[in-house]
Amino acid sequence: MAIEDDVIVVGGGVAGMTAALAAADTGASVRLVTKSQSTLRHASGLVDVLGYADEELIADPFDAIGDLPADHPYAKVGVEAVRDGLARFDAVTGDLYRGGYTDANALLPTHGGAVKPTARYPASAAAGLASDERDALLVGFETLSDFDAPLAADHLRAADVPFDVRGATVSFPGAPRADAKITRYAHALDENDDDERERLAARVERVHEGEPRVGFPAVLGESHHAAVRTALADALDADVFEVPMGPPSLPGMRLEAAYERALRDAGVNVVRRPVDGYETDGDGRLTAVLVERNGQRVPHYADAFVLATGGLVGEGIDSDREGVHEPVFDCHVPHPADRYEWFVDDPFGDQPYPRFGVVVDDDLRPRDATGGIEFENLRAAGSVVGGADFAAECSGTGVSLATGDAAGTAAGSDTQ
Amino acid sequence: MGTRTEVLVIGGGSTGCGVVRDLARRGVDVTLVEKGNLTNGTTGRMHGLLHSGGRYAVSDQASARECIEENRVLRDIAGHCVEETGGLFVKRPEDSEEYFQEKLQGCRDCDIPAEVLTGEEARAREPYLAHDVEKAIAVPDAAVDPFRLCVANAVDAENHGARIETHAEVTDLLVESGEIVGATVRHASGKGPREHGTPGEEEEIYADHVVNAAGAWAGRIGDFAGLDVAVRPSKGVMTVMNTRQVDTVVNRCRPKGDADIIVPHETACILGTTDEEVGDPEDYPEEEWEVDLVIDTLSELVPILQEARTIRSFWGVRPLYEPPGTGTQDPTDITRDYFTLDHAERDDVPGMTSIVGGKLTTYRMMAESITDHVCEKLGVSATCDTADVPLPGSEREGDIEAAMERFGLRSPVARRSADRLGSRTEDVLASCDPNPVVCSCEGVTRAEVRDAIEQAGTDLNAVRLRTRASMGNCQGGRCAHRMAAELHPEHDEESARAALDELRAERWKGQRHALWGEQLSQAMLNHALHGATLNEDGDPARTGASVEWDAFDDGAGADAEDAQGGSTAGGDAEGAHGD
Repeated sequence: MAIEDDVIVVGGGVAGMTAALAAADTGASVRLVTKSQSTLRHASGLVDVLGYADEELIADPFDAIGDLPADHPYAKVGVEAVRDGLARFDAVTGDLYRGGYTDANALLPTHGGAVKPTARYPASAAAGLASDERDALLVGFETLSDFDAPLAADHLRAADVPFDVRGATVSFPGAPRADAKITRYAHALDENDDDERERLAARVERVHEGEPRVGFPAVLGESHHAAVRTALADALDADVFEVPMGPPSLPGMRLEAAYERALRDAGVNVVRRPVDGYETDGDGRLTAVLVERNGQRVPHYADAFVLATGGLVGEGIDSDREGVHEPVFDCHVPHPADRYEWFVDDPFGDQPYPRFGVVVDDDLRPRDATGGIEFENLRAAGSVVGGADFAAECSGTGVSLATGDAAGTAAGSDTQ
Repeated sequence: MGTRTEVLVIGGGSTGCGVVRDLARRGVDVTLVEKGNLTNGTTGRMHGLLHSGGRYAVSDQASARECIEENRVLRDIAGHCVEETGGLFVKRPEDSEEYFQEKLQGCRDCDIPAEVLTGEEARAREPYLAHDVEKAIAVPDAAVDPFRLCVANAVDAENHGARIETHAEVTDLLVESGEIVGATVRHASGKGPREHGTPGEEEEIYADHVVNAAGAWAGRIGDFAGLDVAVRPSKGVMTVMNTRQVDTVVNRCRPKGDADIIVPHETACILGTTDEEVGDPEDYPEEEWEVDLVIDTLSELVPILQEARTIRSFWGVRPLYEPPGTGTQDPTDITRDYFTLDHAERDDVPGMTSIVGGKLTTYRMMAESITDHVCEKLGVSATCDTADVPLPGSEREGDIEAAMERFGLRSPVARRSADRLGSRTEDVLASCDPNPVVCSCEGVTRAEVRDAIEQAGTDLNAVRLRTRASMGNCQGGRCAHRMAAELHPEHDEESARAALDELRAERWKGQRHALWGEQLSQAMLNHALHGATLNEDGDPARTGASVEWDAFDDGAGADAEDAQGGSTAGGDAEGAHGD
């Protein structure tokens, strides 16, 4: 029997998972096809909606979304889609995340000591909010070179945060190998086999001067993170928070686990294999994607498709010296012919390449070079859609949630 | 007023570093000033070939003989800077058989060991060579790390009393009664190692003799005293691959031409190069066609280069020189030989000697020759020992193995540390416990970074050159902020931040020429890490923007949310892992 579903989503990041959940909500049967590993662990775990517009820091992203240029993904789907996407996120993550009670952005310390605007943040990071005026102690680990607490504290002071902050470095109990992976710290605290939680608290106690909140690099447990924080908080008699870090990111992994659970609960069938080609009915509609399986290309049929393979990082957008392309369906990706116009010389300038992606209509259907629709039943979501520099404007996950929700809902509805 | 020294050397490239070492070892009081960091000019911007002499065996046999002689010397005195890769001159069907025979005979004439390999034998050594490569000549080419080499020369000079000042630019020559007596020097951030934020200062340095070893910039130094030093700068591109497609230096066996060499270097391969005369050694176009040319042409020798990942490209400027009146048109025809210009003799302006032309492989020989010249002027009779005494880091071969044992260093990281540090391995690694990896692409540990900071101050580009940190695939994306963190607290947060931004800017410069395919993806990942995860671009400490902190979520609403029960779908996530 052929493999057949109502909706196939290609891509397993936040956009793809959101699209799959949204499509399943319409009653459609959904299959999600993704390369093996999710990219969630590459991101800090913060959920940005819109932090900057015209390089100005934004306190209320919903206020600013309406003013974005017409080719911005938010302009395609509208502000309500952003709210819908966030509502779906809140339902998936529950107590794991905070920030849903207000439209205002939160400012969180980064592991470099800057602050960044975000719309939702892990509960584990909540006590670290920069608008909270309580004094803070940041604690780093000697062997973990990604977070230098005294430097981050000095940097936060240079950013003029409204609280006093100090940094200290301690050695992590059990003397991890000098090049230990981030997960090694998390698992030691999860398992607590040699009382790592208590021993860590005792080491921090020696440098703690009664600050009401204490921040750590975001390695405080993977599966038992709440218990790890509680143990540290109780021992220190202070709120404990995590400072989000670069890859691999524990908050990202926890988020991935929450999404995987939601996909399972929604009955989405997840296939961890690469897509290599597609079939059409010859009349402008996709009929199947070809999934690579043990050297064979197996057709997976559906009535509607969502492309959510990511941008340049996720390889949803690919390039060579000649040009930029979308490798799964070969959708049109506008770009200057000369690759020396893909960037600007100023390293901190306004770069063109982050905006590379497919062009979509208001229904998120990719357009070809002449403005026509690529495939009647294909929609795109997340960073494969061009028009936004998610890093500069701090909008990445928000775009994925909004477009994923809209694309998935539309794809599912079409089949019902 | 001013400072006094016997000899002032201008330029911290291979020539200047070689001269300062030689002079210091002969007991001369010497100061070296370099406007950037060591190797800032041409030396740090070459492909790292230690010539066997094979390249010059037909066109310039005198140079070829010097190369093979110095090639042997450097293997002895600078073992920790040299990787004995061997080299091949490869012949494709369309390349001239007659030239191949001339090359072979030339090597033999110049005492360069040369062995003819069949195409099959060559491919057995280098499996990615093209199938139609007909044959090759194997020669003792090698790869040399110019940064390590110059730093080792400078360190040895300091150990013998020399003063080395980087970020110290000569802004004028001091001329009294028609004689050059020193130079005015602008220190970008005070004397000694670089310290971001320290105000610059001027210093007048008086010397009994000045050595102008500024390479492609030698003409500018000459201008300060109205001397015509007609250096003809010629640019060439070097394209860095992300891995070693070859482990042997691969040369195209044909008379001359662009894009004819691949040099394996540490974790990478460097493709070179082009040859175009430029007017200004600091301001010339870095062009797309040059990158395309080296990739496309060298793919004829090693076809997988066509699809391989390049991580950046950089350009260097050869300090070519020919005596006035020679009139060579094509820069590829200008001699690679060096010239000592005694301005007393040539221009009737005593007090300074310029050294121009030449190449890295023979830097020590050039340095010896000019040091002899200077010593004669000063009446110093000490003899040169730089060909016999190993450089710091290369002194004691057995030490590396002993240190590896002592530190239990059998990991790939430690092996690479030991490769870089040579006989200093034990001293450096013992200085830092625990010693985590700072740059994982290149396997550089905290001890090495701190050791380099001690030498280089807040100049993270100089730390990079000494350690290779941030020179791998991610081009500093994952490690630049970690390197900056090692500056703190000895250097303050503002300095660390300025140093970080400067390193990022330098890394971007070369990556611009490799922005397609995987490296464009890497650039986007770096952009996301810096722009979103670290939010360096929106950082109020950098932008100076004032933040209305109370317009943002301060967490006070969370209790209200909890009171309403919130949502429970995600739960505490306890036990979420592995269920």
